[in-house]
Amino acid sequence: QGKFTLLRDTRTDGSFLVHHFLSFYLRAGCKVCFVALLQSFSHYNIIAQKLGVSLTAAKERGQLIFLEGLKYCLDLMFGEEEQSGQSNPLQFLRLVGASDLRALFDFIRTSLTPSGSDSWKGPVLLVDDLSVLLSLGATPVPVLDFIHYCRVVVCSQLKGNIVVLVHSNEDSEDEENELVVNSLCHHSDLILWVEGLATGFCKDIHGQIKIIRRVSLELTAEKDLIQIYQYKIQDKNVTFFARGLSAAVL
Amino acid sequence: VFTEEDKYGLYSNLMFKYFLAEGVVCGHELFVASAKEHPDNILKELPAPLLDTYRKELGEEATAVKSEDFQDSMKIAWRYQNLPKMEASPTSTKFGHYYDISKTMPPELFQSVKWHSFYLPEELSLQPKMKTCNMNSAYASLLQSIQKIIYQEGFDGSDPQKKQKNILRIGIQSLGSMLWGDDICSSDTPEDIHSLTKFLYVLRALLRKSLSACIITVPAHLIQNKAIMERVTNLSDMVVGLESFIGSERETNPLYKDYHGLVHVRQIPRLNSLICDVSDTKDLAFRLKRKLFTIERLHLPPDLSDTVSRTSKQDLAESAKLLSSGCGAMAIGKKHLDF
Repeated sequence: QGKFTLLRDTRTDGSFLVHHFLSFYLRAGCKVCFVALLQSFSHYNIIAQKLGVSLTAAKERGQLIFLEGLKYCLDLMFGEEEQSGQSNPLQFLRLVGASDLRALFDFIRTSLTPSGSDSWKGPVLLVDDLSVLLSLGATPVPVLDFIHYCRVVVCSQLKGNIVVLVHSNEDSEDEENELVVNSLCHHSDLILWVEGLATGFCKDIHGQIKIIRRVSLELTAEKDLIQIYQYKIQDKNVTFFARGLSAAVL
Repeated sequence: VFTEEDKYGLYSNLMFKYFLAEGVVCGHELFVASAKEHPDNILKELPAPLLDTYRKELGEEATAVKSEDFQDSMKIAWRYQNLPKMEASPTSTKFGHYYDISKTMPPELFQSVKWHSFYLPEELSLQPKMKTCNMNSAYASLLQSIQKIIYQEGFDGSDPQKKQKNILRIGIQSLGSMLWGDDICSSDTPEDIHSLTKFLYVLRALLRKSLSACIITVPAHLIQNKAIMERVTNLSDMVVGLESFIGSERETNPLYKDYHGLVHVRQIPRLNSLICDVSDTKDLAFRLKRKLFTIERLHLPPDLSDTVSRTSKQDLAESAKLLSSGCGAMAIGKKHLDF
């Protein structure tokens, strides 16, 4: 409860974690606000069905609030004047100069604030993925402010959880992105870092995942706990195993 | 599909034309956008399809352009002519056609195909009517043009009267170059680094909402700010880089004497599924014969001497460094491990 989890991928695609968390929280009965900036609703729906959850049903019963970034972007660019404007959470795309993600934050806050009839357990905010905001013209500071505001509302006030996906790269030249990622790392309770294997491409092992529990944040003078596993992604499942113990090797 | 152009644009142009030619043969609708060459000229130079060399022994018609579901939001990941020489003949998932580049496409084939063009110098005179979202005006008008076609021709499912669903193939040439009014290729600190990425995001939104596929070629070697290329890669479904050997030291390298360049697959689409279709090999090279442009696995000539093998190991380690896949792994640094 009240945890901030950072999903980080380097040179590989960590979105399978997003799908996992989405179906996990929905099955647990939480109210989920999913900010999906890069893919369409049907993409997530099809995969979620393979994982045993129906997103359409969740949307209908009000458990899932799905922000389809691509759709709002089209409304903004090509929509009628009355539609786009105040209510569009992506309106920062149109602002000149400083980028202001307040509209996006307001959308999230209104969707997760419990209404009287809600019976869901804890709210969850899921973002896929944050690095896209930088591509759309937001600068690092507003992005970090936005995350901060979300934490205040979702984690502290509503006692919910936040899961955010970012891309990063050690020798990346995208300094703004690295700034955002590093800053988020410092403030996360749990970091799931997915990377490609250092030795090159392998058919049976798709990558390794580093799980970092930020125990050091709890002021008990303990070091962070780090666990490393390797994984292989299949059609409906992801298998994890200890390093060197992939089925292909044993 | 995002293609990084090779230095002189020769080969990427070829791939661009293949994409469009495939569209003609399959009866799709075309939309061609360019800032430097008039689309009419581009379309006149499409390669002619080889209609008599279909491999019928598989019993499948070549028109099984198993398109890729006709759902209302699909982006087609399109791979063509990946004929690994190891295998006797192309296996069951054969789709696409072969082309003879020494001949141009006969005009009769064009007649049944509807196509639209966007030639920047002509379009600039018209003012874009939509809100530009702080984007380069050339990009903005291109987007508006694409959106108009999608809407008018009903690719976004807005017209339920349309009985036959068709696909719109969009080809955009040399995006990001100076001809489009963007200075990311000429300056280290461009005026608006977000124009290209915003354009791609909106384009992605349009493609997801309609039955269309798009190929874009970009002179990536000219873009000074590498951060932009990283962001662009994240925003694309599939990224392929073409590295030609013209003018580089590899041209005379005996390793590569059969080939004209390398194909770097930087990203593979992962749509509607947790996994993606990764091929067994990462080393791909292309070669341009008189009639055919082929992409094949990089074959190394037999190791006949010490020097050959030493340079090849270095080269492969370098090229392995640049290869990465959507779900996979990569050799980082210059670590070279012998297996």
